[in-house]
Amino acid sequence: MAGGHVHALYRHGDTLLHRLRPQVKIAAAFLFVFAVVATPREAVWAFLIYAAILLSAATSARLGVGFVATRMLIEVPFIIAALLIPFFSDGETVAVLGLELSRTGLWDMWNILAKATLGLLTSVVLAGTTDIPSMLRGFEALRVPRVLTAIMGFMIRYLDVVLGEFRRMRVAMQSRGHNPRWLGHARPYATSAGLIFVRSYERGERVYLAMASRGYDGHMPPQAGDSAPVRQWAMALAVPAAAWTIVAVAWVTL
Amino acid sequence: MSVPTIAVDGLGFRYPDGTAALRGVDLHIHPGERVALLGPNGAGKTTLILHMNGIHMPQEGTVAVSGLQLAKDTVMEVRRRVGIVFQDPDDQLFMPTVREDVEFGPRNLGLTGGELDARVQSALDVMEVADLADRPPNHLSFGQKRRVAIAGVLAMEPSILVLDEPTSNLDPASRRELAEALLGLDTTQLIVTHDLPFAYEMCARAVVMDGGTIAAAGATTDVLSDTELLRQHRLELPYGFAIRDGS
Repeated sequence: MAGGHVHALYRHGDTLLHRLRPQVKIAAAFLFVFAVVATPREAVWAFLIYAAILLSAATSARLGVGFVATRMLIEVPFIIAALLIPFFSDGETVAVLGLELSRTGLWDMWNILAKATLGLLTSVVLAGTTDIPSMLRGFEALRVPRVLTAIMGFMIRYLDVVLGEFRRMRVAMQSRGHNPRWLGHARPYATSAGLIFVRSYERGERVYLAMASRGYDGHMPPQAGDSAPVRQWAMALAVPAAAWTIVAVAWVTL
Repeated sequence: MSVPTIAVDGLGFRYPDGTAALRGVDLHIHPGERVALLGPNGAGKTTLILHMNGIHMPQEGTVAVSGLQLAKDTVMEVRRRVGIVFQDPDDQLFMPTVREDVEFGPRNLGLTGGELDARVQSALDVMEVADLADRPPNHLSFGQKRRVAIAGVLAMEPSILVLDEPTSNLDPASRRELAEALLGLDTTQLIVTHDLPFAYEMCARAVVMDGGTIAAAGATTDVLSDTELLRQHRLELPYGFAIRDGS
């Protein structure tokens, strides 16, 4: 069914992580990622602890190896870019498998790979245990301006509708014998992209009319968010607190 | 006679490019009535309903809702009283979940807490979509989306429900469920439709619009059995369908 992909990042479940209030998880995830980024790259042991924390979180949320691995694939282009750095950096070189590689380049590569992988893993765990409506409510509970959460909501809501339109157009083109084989055949796609832009613009107007008809006056009404119990905050924030302690130790012992 | 829920008198409207969309439209709908608004494409039906809640302001003539004249300072109250359900439910359902979408209107009216919950629950119940409350709208079937869109408007407790092509794109079973739900409401209704059998089933009175004016009005049975009138205004009953008189 159309729209499955919007929830492709979420895995339904009823674990402790699923039950935590979204604002708690979002705050903990952000603080954790900041700690990862603030860690000196030479403190390899710290990154291993972070990875252990995230993997145990993913395990306790029953996300599954395949689920996490496929969602990590988005990192591949960044990995390729990072792997090239040691070949193009200057300075003192070291021999690795018979190749003369730059020492600072290797550290840069490690820095990017470790931090990007851990950051991505954090967001996979967050998105895997928090569905989209809860995520939006979480941002609202964290006092993100209502207009921003409303924009995010609109985007997610209409992404499906627009992609559905594009899919139907493509099927209609194929049904009339369109069979793109080289770049020159892409012209109909460009035209339909333009058409989709116009249609979306018109739809925006209709959505606005429908909102105005239900009393919209330019301000999104506030949503009542569930406040999170202190116990949940304490439990979830313990994770970034531990990470920040590691950061402190890493810098001191550097 | 009672104060009409909708009183449109001598309404005229031109689009900015000069096209006359409405010319001297008169239409009165009384409390508890269910009226069908029929007419070919481009007859001005949608333009007329966009006047009923002040999306368009009258250029000539007047619109009054339960005695309240439509004007700049009354437009918000008029919008509360006139609930329009648009043709494409995707245009209307924009919140992340069904419940939040149904809450949108009443929240705009300033409702909160128990009062809000009660309103929303009763609107969800009456359209039989309460079990979908926590689902995102993009995961619903078209018929479910349509009923949720109606629930979102009913939650504002309008004096009149205006439905633009409510049966378009519905399969026969969804169409029947919709008919049952609408027949179960005591809200005054104006149903804009090309689906003449639906108009016949739902509405005792029918109004035919063409070329920006009211071309005919009367009992739905009479309007739909006047083959000459239907032909003139490009309206057609489905093949094999006949209005039985003497009901």
